[in-house]
Amino acid sequence: MEKLLLLGDEAIALGAIRAGISGVYAYPGTPSTEITAYIQNSKEATSVYSNWCTNEKTAMEAALGMSYVGKRALVCMKHVGMNVCADAFINSAVSGINGGLVVLAADDPSMHSSQNEQDSRFYGKFAMVPMLEPSSQQEAYDMMNYAFELSEELRTPVLFRITTRMAHSRAAITLGESRPQNDMKPTDDPRRWVLLPAIARRRYNEVLGQQPGIIKISEESNFNLYRDGSDHSLGVIASGIAWNYFNEAFPEGSPYPAVKVSQYPLPKSLIAKLMKECDRVLVLEDGQPFIEEQLRGLLDDKNIDGRLNGKLPRAGELTPDNTRVALGFDINQHFEESKIVVQRPPSMCAGCGHRDVYESLNKIIAEYDNAKVFSDIGCYTLGALPPFNAIDSCIDMGASITMAKGASDAGQHPAVSVIGDSTFTHSGMTGLLDAVNTKSKITVILSDNLTTAMTGGQDSAGTYKFEAICQGLGVEPEHIRVVVPIAKNKEEIENILREEINYDGVSVVIPRRECIQTLKRSLKKKK
Amino acid sequence: MKCDIILSGVGGQGILSIAAVIGEAALAEGLEIKQTEVHGMSQRGGDVQSNLRISSEKVDSDLISLGGADVIISLEPMEALRYIPYLGKDGWIVTSNAPFVNITNYPEEELLKEELATLPNVFSFDVEAIAREAGVLRSVNIVLLGAASSAVGLTAEALEIGIKRVFSPKGDEIVDMNIKAFRAGAEAVKGGLKK
Repeated sequence: MEKLLLLGDEAIALGAIRAGISGVYAYPGTPSTEITAYIQNSKEATSVYSNWCTNEKTAMEAALGMSYVGKRALVCMKHVGMNVCADAFINSAVSGINGGLVVLAADDPSMHSSQNEQDSRFYGKFAMVPMLEPSSQQEAYDMMNYAFELSEELRTPVLFRITTRMAHSRAAITLGESRPQNDMKPTDDPRRWVLLPAIARRRYNEVLGQQPGIIKISEESNFNLYRDGSDHSLGVIASGIAWNYFNEAFPEGSPYPAVKVSQYPLPKSLIAKLMKECDRVLVLEDGQPFIEEQLRGLLDDKNIDGRLNGKLPRAGELTPDNTRVALGFDINQHFEESKIVVQRPPSMCAGCGHRDVYESLNKIIAEYDNAKVFSDIGCYTLGALPPFNAIDSCIDMGASITMAKGASDAGQHPAVSVIGDSTFTHSGMTGLLDAVNTKSKITVILSDNLTTAMTGGQDSAGTYKFEAICQGLGVEPEHIRVVVPIAKNKEEIENILREEINYDGVSVVIPRRECIQTLKRSLKKKK
Repeated sequence: MKCDIILSGVGGQGILSIAAVIGEAALAEGLEIKQTEVHGMSQRGGDVQSNLRISSEKVDSDLISLGGADVIISLEPMEALRYIPYLGKDGWIVTSNAPFVNITNYPEEELLKEELATLPNVFSFDVEAIAREAGVLRSVNIVLLGAASSAVGLTAEALEIGIKRVFSPKGDEIVDMNIKAFRAGAEAVKGGLKK
């Protein structure tokens, strides 16, 4: 059978296509971006709806709409996207679904490209939905159809959780059969979609009543297993890719009994058996101590090892090395870390328009005693690093505008916001309306490079609509200033910035120039 | 067979093409493969690496353990040194000797040379000069792969199949250029890597 060398993300995408999805809804975010990108480019998926969404909440809701009429839909996001779509996600578990609905969250322990390392499994538990966490790329592929079947069988969304190393590691995948897309079909129990309190209370009780059955499914799932061993001094529970690091430590096979967890809620009977038969239990999981905390409980079982008692590092991703140490092995390092090697942080590309923006902004705010520049999430966050050192904050998508407003409300001046085009439509627009309504004295620099650049150049939802959007939200037309950020226009940009910072109200400066990376790519294509 | 390879460089230098070629070659040979990549923020001029593990047996971990790499293939000398804690006792470093200086505190080139010289198995060379001489300046990364080819546990024939698979979507001309680059690199290490 033919094998394909695929990233975990790509295996998931192909698994979803072959599971008969009718749509994928997503906002780009590392390490999840390649799933949707693969579906967009796949010849097998020409009938699958796959345009990028404005944010994770609109994605989740659109997918729920597709599910409502009976079709299968996939939603993809990075872990922090779960925060954005949480309202829709949690409530979709209360309403339940019609066509299969799988929500994929790609977590980023060690924060390779993120501002925190939150573990999406907590969301799954919170919403009381089944979760899947593949241990290998092949399993990720195989699990996708199962995820949709499970979703349809239980009439609930299923959370599919991966971490960076699964998302961005390639392996050879053996492919399975394709399943056709669902036909549209009316929902059963149409009232359950109207979450008025009386209906929501009924539905919530139904969800609660479903829980013992969902645990039983986990206990019997082929993706979970109990593997016996000869040495019962230790038992190991390993979830997702932690299973691989555990096996890696024992090339000849582990002497310790072990439970592999790739489906949640936790398979209670398998874990109870392990706890009973072993003196101690080591919990291995890539991410936060989700399983470990549940096992310890409030009163803390002293026979459990993991991240919470220092056996493994409390923060950061699991590795084959920290797993080895936790299992009592030595590290066989032969060469010391070099003392002359220095960090090489990422930086904005040569020729990037954000550079011109920061050069001018730095010059102008130096004219004021106490300017603060609130920024946001994207390539321009790199303006925090030398040589620019230009920004004072980066918290979450859209926060630059609202933080500038809050600071301005408290008397801060100048209060400047720097936000990218895609981040602006993702979560900045609503905050701008707040600022307009209170006539806050803020200057928003909407640095528009016509793309979602940080994640590799995906379409940006508001391209060529920003002046209209800002005007529609109530920004005065004479305080919407568009400029091309190139060296030649330096003086013009600086004058505009000075004028608008001094304006007593909301102004939006839009430096607009195509991302240098997407420009290079399109020039290359033309050749 | 089993070979654990660390590929390193600076974002944009082209380590992922090297990884793709080795990966496709290993796939064609029916071997097991796992290969991690760096996507996202670091690609913007930061340090990037790829762990590539190929084996005739099942490969468990996607990541290589400390002290476990059979070879470090690097497009940049400081980036090669960054991963020496992962280098096996008898492992090789095959690296370009050309610093890529995009930071202000880049170490002195002489110090890099000295430190590389303290390691037992190093082949550091002017990859770009070889590429220029062969007229394949756009395939510097594949020249480097050619030089490291005897350390990656695959035959030259298999690696050339990998090159064909990876570059054929870009046309025959690009395939030929990369085959030429690969051979020029292999030629630069006459008789393979030796102590």
